[in-house]
Amino acid sequence: MPPKKCRALLSQLSDYVDGTLDPRLCKALERHLRTCPNCRVVLNTLQKTIDLYRTVGENENMPAEVRERLFRRLDLTEFLKS
Amino acid sequence: MSEQVGSPPISLEALRNGDRKEFARLVDAYSTPIYRLALKILGDPQDAEDVLQETFIKALSALPTFEGRSSLSTWLYRIAVNEALMLLRRRKPETLLTDNDGDEDEGGESESAYLIDWCCLPEEELLSDEAQRFLDKAIAQLPENLRLVFWLRDVEGLSIKETAETLGLSETNVKTRLLRARLKLREILSEYYGERVEVRSRQNAA
Repeated sequence: MPPKKCRALLSQLSDYVDGTLDPRLCKALERHLRTCPNCRVVLNTLQKTIDLYRTVGENENMPAEVRERLFRRLDLTEFLKS
Repeated sequence: MSEQVGSPPISLEALRNGDRKEFARLVDAYSTPIYRLALKILGDPQDAEDVLQETFIKALSALPTFEGRSSLSTWLYRIAVNEALMLLRRRKPETLLTDNDGDEDEGGESESAYLIDWCCLPEEELLSDEAQRFLDKAIAQLPENLRLVFWLRDVEGLSIKETAETLGLSETNVKTRLLRARLKLREILSEYYGERVEVRSRQNAA
């Protein structure tokens, strides 16, 4: 990618993904994205990276026996079944 | 965040008054994300479980004096992070939470491998068992100060402000670290998935 311009925009991508980028910068970035396939790849794969970790993270559950031991340690066994 | 949809919000009043049932609800609402967080910091299930238990024991005894200036979730995460880091220091005294934001690994990010669009890969390939193990390895490569910010913000869904409060950082600092963490992970993942894309296109051409 033409290093200078794209590199400068890189720092805005995070805010852009979060939807918190200043509207004026947002417009300029979108204009650039329309003409720069490399930056589009960076944006898409950045978003996908976040999505993948979120998906995997949400599916990572705590083992039932860990919950059981926690409740026992906290003297909350009477509420275990809920 | 972690509170179950449809159940009434946890009452701080009841918690302060020592309501056991309410405390059990608090434990159920936050134990999973706290366990996951501790596991990400420590990388060991037994250590993560110790941190989980310590966090709620500390929370239980501190509840009467909890002023509610931050949200319950931020407060719990903060206790958990402190417990986990303390344990980490004891286990591996040589690891110090560096204050730098990873400036030293500037560069990269211009290689062609990082510019392959691998989003088109099918879900079953993006999330295969092997890929999931790779995702784990990739995040473990991040310096701790970047990993924590990424995990709290992007996986557990805390806001920038909540992440900053949990880690005792400024919001600007959180944003800087978040950007670095995201770019670094994207880079590592691009090498891995980029190869998958190439394998696929070779197969299709054959």
